[in-house]
Amino acid sequence: MTSDKILCGQLVEEATVITLKELCRSCTVKTEEIIIMVEEGILDPQGERLEPAQATEWQFHISSVKRVKTVVHLQRDLGVNLPGAALALELLDRIAELKKL
Amino acid sequence: MEYKDYYAIMGVKRDATAEKLKRSYRKLARKYHPDVSQEADAEVKFKEVGEAYEVLKDPEKRAAYDQLGSQWQAGQEFHPPPGWDAGFEFSGSGPQANSPETSGPDLGAFSDFFESLYGRGYARSSATSARRRQGFQIRGEDHYAKVIVDLEDSYKGTTRSITLQIPELTADGQVTTRPRTLKVRIPKGIRQGQQIRLAGQGGAGYGGGEAGDLYLEVEFNPNSQYRVEGADVYLDLPLAPWEAALGATVKVPTPSGAIDLKVPPDSPAGKKLRLKGRGIPARQAGDLYVVLQIALPPVDSEENRRIYQQMKHEFTFNPRASLEV
Repeated sequence: MTSDKILCGQLVEEATVITLKELCRSCTVKTEEIIIMVEEGILDPQGERLEPAQATEWQFHISSVKRVKTVVHLQRDLGVNLPGAALALELLDRIAELKKL
Repeated sequence: MEYKDYYAIMGVKRDATAEKLKRSYRKLARKYHPDVSQEADAEVKFKEVGEAYEVLKDPEKRAAYDQLGSQWQAGQEFHPPPGWDAGFEFSGSGPQANSPETSGPDLGAFSDFFESLYGRGYARSSATSARRRQGFQIRGEDHYAKVIVDLEDSYKGTTRSITLQIPELTADGQVTTRPRTLKVRIPKGIRQGQQIRLAGQGGAGYGGGEAGDLYLEVEFNPNSQYRVEGADVYLDLPLAPWEAALGATVKVPTPSGAIDLKVPPDSPAGKKLRLKGRGIPARQAGDLYVVLQIALPPVDSEENRRIYQQMKHEFTFNPRASLEV
């Protein structure tokens, strides 16, 4: 399917934050899965109230969407556990940093 | 349809043990996983490996596949011989859901070759499509894609055509992929790693749910003479020793066109000249840094050699003074 219409997207500014609900919706994961990722240190919610009890108020940087998706894919496709996926993410970040040099 | 050599794809011999196959699969899956791999065609390779393993790890499917014989070449035109699967009972028993080894990534269905042998019922179903079947109204999934643009495009803005392979469910519940080409405006001032959100261009919704969004992540073409850090752009500029020593006005390319740059006298190698506001025209425009480098003229004639020798005699210069030797 090809359309000649030129799509003008919305630029996602680096400062964009999304709510826990939006993050779950975007990645098709459950709230509990996000809480576990936060506890594992894979995601850092922003703001003051960071206890899991206040999870519904959490906000995340937009880059979290990609991180969650990568974690889900690695778990599903390679059978790695959460700490393993977290390690892979950190190494991927480091490769990206090194490539910039 | 083309014959697929599953053993070659897995990099094993035809008599490989189940253990050997499993190890090979694990290795290849890590190597070609689209989220991790640096290989250009990782997604295609990963899908192939998943399909090959799906067949070879199952003794029944493997026996049926082996029965086709080893005379086939990969890519050869293939039609399954009539009644080829007589005596096998794999038809209809799909892979177990949610087992990490059987549920592959959302890359759509297996190849035509696979489906001609084992039927379409094996089309992979991800956790999401399993949830979709329950009849809720569900918003479509957000999709991600990378788009590579030249740095120059960020100075002017541009329009890019991108083609995506969209997995979708047909009316009878099969997963298929469909190429989809979109023309997308890349706005002026875009930076490496920034995302463009195209609302409603992601996966289709189910049960009347709205479509997901498509996120395009921008990456600059790495084959560029420029380096980019945030909104700042760096260019290495070679100079002749006399240009650096005496000062000069030299032509310098910039992403928005060549300019004349004045190099002050006595400029050392590594010196950065900042051209304010000539970086990426983001909301807060970046700067362009020209990093001076000194290129040594070759000694390719007697005359040149004489000049170097004259310099040797007339300069009192220790380039290693800072090393204290």
